[in-house]
Amino acid sequence: MATDLRRYAVFAVAAWLAATPGASAEDMRGTADLGLVVERASGSVLIVETTARTSLGRVTGLGDLSHASAVFSRDGRMAYVFGRDGGLNKVDLLSRALVKRITQAGNSIGGAISQDGRIIAVANYEPGGVRLFDAASLAAVGEIPALFGPEQTPSKVVGLADAPGQKFVFTLYDGGEIWLADVSDPARLKVDKYPGIGRLPYDGLITPDGRTYVAGLFGEDGLAKLDLWRPEAGVSRILDGYGRGEDPMPVYKMPHLRGWAVSGGHAFLPAIGRHELLVVDTRSWREAARVTVHGQPVFAIASPAGRHVWVNFAHPRNDTVQIVDVATMAVTLTLRPGKAVMHMEFTPRGEQVWLSLRDENRVDVYDTRSFVRIASIPARAPSGILLAARANRIGF
Amino acid sequence: MPRRTKVYGLLGLLALAGALPGAPSSADPDAERRQGLRHLLLHDCGSCHGLTMRGGLGRPLLPESLADKSDEALTSIILHGMPGTPMPPWAAEIDEDEALWLVTLLRGGVSLGD
Ligand code: HEC
Repeated sequence: MATDLRRYAVFAVAAWLAATPGASAEDMRGTADLGLVVERASGSVLIVETTARTSLGRVTGLGDLSHASAVFSRDGRMAYVFGRDGGLNKVDLLSRALVKRITQAGNSIGGAISQDGRIIAVANYEPGGVRLFDAASLAAVGEIPALFGPEQTPSKVVGLADAPGQKFVFTLYDGGEIWLADVSDPARLKVDKYPGIGRLPYDGLITPDGRTYVAGLFGEDGLAKLDLWRPEAGVSRILDGYGRGEDPMPVYKMPHLRGWAVSGGHAFLPAIGRHELLVVDTRSWREAARVTVHGQPVFAIASPAGRHVWVNFAHPRNDTVQIVDVATMAVTLTLRPGKAVMHMEFTPRGEQVWLSLRDENRVDVYDTRSFVRIASIPARAPSGILLAARANRIGF
Repeated sequence: MPRRTKVYGLLGLLALAGALPGAPSSADPDAERRQGLRHLLLHDCGSCHGLTMRGGLGRPLLPESLADKSDEALTSIILHGMPGTPMPPWAAEIDEDEALWLVTLLRGGVSLGD
């Protein structure tokens, strides 16, 4: 009798578990090995996982994703994908669904998530400025128009990053200014402005420790640096005159500073109009070395394991990837993965690197010790590869 | 580059002879090159001007934004760039006829679906 009852109870519990959607232990999973691949021409993203190195599915309807990027919610479950068309898309990595989509501006370039994970900031080209949204609902919570100069001219905004202390830091492309905005109270924004940083800043980055912001300049030979521990000291120039007065070569694609390379006390920055990586000592911020590379560098990305920096290149040399050994500051390997290598993303501990090959319609995964390709995943004109581990990093 | 010139020479002759009905200009790029140019426009020009040409770091290249500019001016910008701005010169890989073909394409409005 008692056994019968017990058996019945077990059976009832099992049935209840089976009937509860999403509650079975096999269905549950973490997101730390998940990520997404932007399919730039079809307004879709692939949800991928880096353990078995497979694609789990495609989410569509995200609008114009040329030049798309994404940030992740602090629990690593939601991806906020920023589209060129001003779209802000919230994608659930687990259910692989587009949870919400708003069109917040005419033309945008990227975004960031606040230190506490509650505010999404989007940098806009048209109408310019930065808009702030609630990360849960995507409701608008604030706006920072990027007006500069005596005429209050609107500026495109580039290089938007999260900064410690519930701040965002960004750069005015047309205005040549760095702004540091405290968004602790979105209704009462506090914005500090640092004008006169140089001509045509094209992108910016924050160091992994959240201390230093650097803006790359297209119109001048050098970069602008702001120490966020001592912002009152103002902006200073680093690597001034790195072109040594030589005419720059044409730049067929703008380099990206975000996702930059810091390793062994050095930062590796793409030169503009030169086939070089500029190596800066991150203590003195002085030039430490230069590495001659195959073309105009676009991304220079350090392995989380530190030893190598992987570099890809602008059109027409974008079929090549080079690997720089940080210990010797020399290119030690040149790979030809295929046509139009757009982006590279390391797994959080650096044992794999994922490459998107736009014109080959696939994503390739390389083992970072043997430099051998270990997987290949079909994708439509893939560009950005963004892994959810970014959720836990400053500046991503 | 010389190979391409030769191909155009041939195409030009064919067009002159009326062998290419409807060819708008004797110097139009051949079908394969047109596809290559279109791909370049969408993806490589598109990296600055947007995949839909609605603008990015570079200005919009929509029919209405180009309406008040001459073919010559636009062709020259494509070939020689705009010094002092990020717009690079493309003469190393695009010739004059091809640049003009791109301008015509832009004036008609390009989108991914075409
Ligand atoms: C590296 C970025 C970049 C790339 C790549 C690029 N452009 Fe540009 N382009 C610009 C910028 C920036 C401007 C605007 C310059 C200014 O006025 O300040 C511009 C301006 C132009 C203009 C002038 C528009 C006008 O209204 O006067 C044309 C035409 C043009 N680009 C065509 C092209 C074509 C065609 C390609 C590809 C073959 C291309 N661009 C690739 C950055 C780029």
